[in-house]
Amino acid sequence: MKQIAKALVVLLAIICVLPVVFIITGAFMGTDELINILSPILSDGEGYATWHFIPLYPTLRNIVELLFDTPEYYVLFWNSIKIVVCILVGQMVFAVPAAWGLARSKTRWSRVVFIVYIFCMLLPFQVTMLSQYLILNELSMINTHLSLIVPMVFSTFPVFIIYSSFKQIPDSIIEAAQLDGAGKLRIYINMAMPIGAKGILAAMILGFLEYWNMVEQPVVFLKDMEQWPLSIYLPDFATDVAGRAFTFSMFSIVPALIVFSLGRKILAEGISVSGGDVG
Amino acid sequence: MGKKLTLQIRNFFKNDKENMLYFILPSLVGVLVFVLLPLVDVFLKSFQDRRSGELVGFANYGDAIHNDAFRLAVENTVKFELISVPLLMILSFLISVAVFHMKSNLVKFAFLIPMAIPSNSVAVIWKVLFADSGIVNGILTTVFQTEPINFFSGNAVFYLLVGTLVWKNLGYNMLIWLAGLAVIPKEINEAARVDGAGEIRIMLQMTLPNLKMSTFTVAVLSLVNSFKVYREAYLISGTYPDDHIYMLQHIFNNWFTKLGIGKMAAGAVLTAVSFFAVLLLMKQLILYERKKKRRKVRKGKEESGHEANC
Repeated sequence: MKQIAKALVVLLAIICVLPVVFIITGAFMGTDELINILSPILSDGEGYATWHFIPLYPTLRNIVELLFDTPEYYVLFWNSIKIVVCILVGQMVFAVPAAWGLARSKTRWSRVVFIVYIFCMLLPFQVTMLSQYLILNELSMINTHLSLIVPMVFSTFPVFIIYSSFKQIPDSIIEAAQLDGAGKLRIYINMAMPIGAKGILAAMILGFLEYWNMVEQPVVFLKDMEQWPLSIYLPDFATDVAGRAFTFSMFSIVPALIVFSLGRKILAEGISVSGGDVG
Repeated sequence: MGKKLTLQIRNFFKNDKENMLYFILPSLVGVLVFVLLPLVDVFLKSFQDRRSGELVGFANYGDAIHNDAFRLAVENTVKFELISVPLLMILSFLISVAVFHMKSNLVKFAFLIPMAIPSNSVAVIWKVLFADSGIVNGILTTVFQTEPINFFSGNAVFYLLVGTLVWKNLGYNMLIWLAGLAVIPKEINEAARVDGAGEIRIMLQMTLPNLKMSTFTVAVLSLVNSFKVYREAYLISGTYPDDHIYMLQHIFNNWFTKLGIGKMAAGAVLTAVSFFAVLLLMKQLILYERKKKRRKVRKGKEESGHEANC
C-alpha cells in the first residue's frame, strides 16, 4: 500500500516536470527533426506527433538565432526584467516598512488597516480593472510600464507575507534596543530587516514568479508591442520556426527557474511562517 | 453620545505609543489610490448610467443578470471553482502526506516547478501535447486503443483547464500543508497507533483536525489562484474561447473592450460580493470550532486576569 502510494507520487512528480523537459529538448532540436516528429500538428501530416527525449542531432542553432537574429526578443526580455525589478524595488520601499509598522503597532486602527489589506490581497484583478484603468489614464500612465509597476508596488500580498515574519520577533528584543536608545529607524534597519529577512526574501521570490508571468494587466494596460513583457508574447508556432518557439519558452522559464532553485529553501521556510495565520 | 463618539475616534488613532504610522502611511496612500479608490469607483458606477452619470438604481444589475453571456460565464466559473478547488486541495494534501516522510527534496522540488513556468510557455507545450493529432492523442490511440479526444473543445477543454490549474498549484499548496504537518507533534499519532487506530482513521480524526488553519489557508489561496487560470485560457484560446470555458474573467475583458461600463461595474460588484461571501463561508465551515475554543481560552484568560487585578 505504502509502496504504491510512493510510486504514484513519484509518477505525478515526473508528470509535473515533463513539460520543462519537452521545452528544453525541443530547444536543442533542428528544424528537420522537429518537422519530422511534429508534422501532424504543424502541417496536417499523417498520424500523431511523437517526441524524442534525446534530440537525434542536438544543435545550438535555435539558441544562436534567437540571441543574434531576433532583436524583438531582447526588447521583450528587458521589458520584463525592468518591470519586475522596478516592482520588487518599489515593494522594498513601501511594503516592507508597512509590514513592520503593522506588525509592531498595537492600535485598533492598525488592525483595521491589516484587515483591509487582506481584503485587497484577495480581490480578483477583474473587479477593479475598469476603474484602475481610468485612474491610470488620468495619471497618463496607460501604455507605459508605469501602469504595471505602480499599482503592483502597492500590492498588499508582500505586506501580508512579511508581516508574519515580523510578528515572530519578540517584543522584548525591541524594547531592550529602545532602552539602549535606538531610534525607530535604527531598529527597523538594524534589527527588523535582518531578522525578518527570510520573510522578505520569500515575498520577493513569490513576487518575481508572479510578475514574470504577468498577463492580465499588460493585456489591458499596454497597447504597443514595444512595451510588452515576455509573458504576453505568444511565439509563432509554425513549421519553420517551431524550434524558436521552444527556445523562446526555454529562455522565459530559465530566469524563473534560477530564482526558484536559489530561493527554494527560503521559500519553504518563509511560507511556513506565513502559512500559520491567514484571516 | 456625540462626545463618546469623538472620544472613540480619538482613541482609535491615538493609542499609538510607538507611532508606527509613518511606516505604514506611504503604503497606505498607494493602496488607497490604486486599490480602494477604484473599488469605490466601481461601486458608484454600478448604480449610474454610463453616459449621463445619473443614478439608475439597480438597472445595471438587471442588465448584467439578464445577459446571456454573463449567465454562461457565472455558470462556468461556479462549476470550475466547485470542481477544481476541492480537487486541488485533496490532491495536494494526499501528496504532502506522502512526501512528508520522504528524505529526498527532489520530489518536493519537482512539484514546485510548474509554478515557475510562464503561461505562454504552457500554451506552447499544451499545443504539442493536446492538439488533435498531438502527442497525448497519439498515446491514447496506440497504447490504450481508445478514440482520440478533441482537447481544445467541448467538455474536454474545461477539464484540461481544471488539470492545468491543479498541475500549476499543487506545489504551492503542498508547501502550506507541509508547514502545517511539521507543527503537529509526532507523539499524538504514535499514541493513536499504539491504541490500535488505522492509518486512515488517524488521518481523518487526528491529522486533519490539527490542520484547520492550513486547510483554511490552502482553501483561500486555491480560490484566489484559481482566478489566474485565465492566463492559460487566454493565451491558449484568446478572448472568445469555447463556450465551456467562457469565464467571468473573459466577459469582464470583453465588456471592457466594448465599453459596457454599467454592466461591467454591476458584474464586478456582484463578483466581489459573492467572492467574499464564499470566503466567509469557508471560514465558518473550516474554522468554526476553533473560534469557539479560542473564545473560551480568551475568557479564561480574562478571568484569571481579573483575579490578578483583584
